Amino acid sequence: MADALTAGPGFVPERKAAAERLGAMGLPGRRDEYWRWTDPATLNAPDPKPAQAGEAEAPLFDALDRLKVVFVDGVFDAGASDDLSLAGVEITRLATSAPGWAEGLYGTLEATGQVPVKRPFAALNTAQATDGLLIRVTAAAAKPINLIYVHKSETSDPILHHLIRLEEGAELTLLETGPAGARFNKAMEVDLAKGARFHHIRIQGPDQERRAVTHIFARLADAALFKSFTLTFNGVLTRNEAFVEMLGDDAMAHVAGAALGDGRDGAFHHDDTVFVTHDGLRGESRQVFKKVLKGGAIGTFQGKILVKPGAQKTDGYQISQSLLLDDDSQFLAKPELEIYADDVKCSHGSTTGAIDETALFYLRSRGVPEEDAKGLLVLSFLADAIDEIEDAALKEEIVARLEDWLARHRS
Amino acid sequence: MLEIKNLHVKLQDEDKVILKGMNLTVETGKVHAIMGPNGSGKSTMSYVLSGRDGYEVTEGSATLGGKELLDMEPEERAAAGLFLAFQYPVEIPGVGNMTFLRTALNAQRKARGEEELSAGEFLKLVREKAKTLKIDADMLKRPVNVGFSGGEKKRNEILQMAMLEPKMCILDETDSGLDVDAMRLVADGVNALRAPDRSFLVITHYQRLLDHIKPDVVHIMADGRILQTGGPELALEVENNGYAEILAAHGLTEAK
Repeated sequence: MADALTAGPGFVPERKAAAERLGAMGLPGRRDEYWRWTDPATLNAPDPKPAQAGEAEAPLFDALDRLKVVFVDGVFDAGASDDLSLAGVEITRLATSAPGWAEGLYGTLEATGQVPVKRPFAALNTAQATDGLLIRVTAAAAKPINLIYVHKSETSDPILHHLIRLEEGAELTLLETGPAGARFNKAMEVDLAKGARFHHIRIQGPDQERRAVTHIFARLADAALFKSFTLTFNGVLTRNEAFVEMLGDDAMAHVAGAALGDGRDGAFHHDDTVFVTHDGLRGESRQVFKKVLKGGAIGTFQGKILVKPGAQKTDGYQISQSLLLDDDSQFLAKPELEIYADDVKCSHGSTTGAIDETALFYLRSRGVPEEDAKGLLVLSFLADAIDEIEDAALKEEIVARLEDWLARHRS
Repeated sequence: MLEIKNLHVKLQDEDKVILKGMNLTVETGKVHAIMGPNGSGKSTMSYVLSGRDGYEVTEGSATLGGKELLDMEPEERAAAGLFLAFQYPVEIPGVGNMTFLRTALNAQRKARGEEELSAGEFLKLVREKAKTLKIDADMLKRPVNVGFSGGEKKRNEILQMAMLEPKMCILDETDSGLDVDAMRLVADGVNALRAPDRSFLVITHYQRLLDHIKPDVVHIMADGRILQTGGPELALEVENNGYAEILAAHGLTEAK
């Protein structure tokens, strides 16, 4: 593990404070309320369990005009990356810079996100991250930034921390692809000024053996928009946390995820832990999480909407659903609402089910072979989550990946 | 075309016997209608013919063009030319009607060793067929049957029939839940598909559908078998007098 004070050139006080936070709370255990369903032992261990890199798959978003930033096992690869210059955007690296705008901001959103639920791995990340990007957006970014996480070494244990600040009215699409390492700890802080618009699309995997604990901390000012979609294929253990704080009025935050796991490929455990706070007027939030599980795969969802006093006219929505393709798989969900304002609309739901036999018969009676029909019904199940992706081309690419996965995982 | 011989069917998980020696022959190019009181086994027959799970055939056979249907998977039956228009068409959110139609059509063509239609060819065909059924572009784009009215759902069934061009069409209470205008539209769609090489089996409770889709033969079904067969006048007789007389003649009483 990197020393807190030598990991990068800057943010020494912030890193020190994070190390102290971590020291005070300690690493998580199964007795912690939010770790009851996910065993953190392999994440806590000093060394990662070895994980082979998965077979290289067709590159993602290849047809898209984007700025590529490549990390191999957490190490920046200048040769494979594009030049870090983009109109409307300042991009530097955490390992080599500490720009003024980031002073006092690095680690701040993470620290805020430690209340009321402790997130020790995020504090560890802030203290020990070896690299990451510091991105400041002042206008509409000319093109998306694509962080590409390559996994090569069987024992890599990268810790990356990205800090992203969108100034008033700025706009950015951030793409993240790849498994990153045998064990990946990632934190991303996203600070959105008034009217800023941030779109995030992430595809984790496809490695079977990788482990990951990731965190998104977002803070929204007036009329800011935050939209995040994550697609996960496999991985022995994935914990994706999101902490979204809607401070301004008229803000909008959508966090969505689709996870597909087949335990027969190896173990599969996928955990989404989401916390959305409404602290402004007329905020709209949506959490849409869908999981398709088979072969003993396990999916968990812990999601909360907190509406603070005075956050009137809040419109909060949360749905978590699983489609179990066999009897061996398992879905655990803990949907929570905590509301301290009286003029709000909040709803949440959680369901678990199998493929609808009537729909399956309907499709087959039209000549669609059984496995193809099941595939269509899986896509049908995931549709609400995928529809959270606004960009049609990106959506198409995600659907194509889903279809590939389904083709590889026929019963 | 369709030949059902001495068909006995029970529910898979219960001892309940539903079809008790059903015999029925539908000749090529003909329209047959089946009427009967509730619980007579009409819908079960349509499900068993199209291969739905949950039923056990204990005796008998059902062949389409000489081929045994009961040995085939539902999709194989479809490719062989069987089509069931559902009484309650199923909603499939997130799957576009067009995607569904194209997947089904090309799967059937592939199964028959025919060339699959290109996107362009398919689009041209579907637009042409949709127009005659007054199905607009919006309905084609929407997810399968989601948010469709009762009439739209049934028209969508007929559109599928028009696209898939089956040899043997079974319409399971296609008139249920339709107003007079919607029924006429559906009936017109069916009539447009009548052809010398295509047969129909129309399951209905009411004579009025048969005013629009004129049958060649009418069967009365009860207690899991065909009790009586006649011409269109048989439907009128049932409409006027009910089933009591026919049931009594076979030693049956009306369902409670």
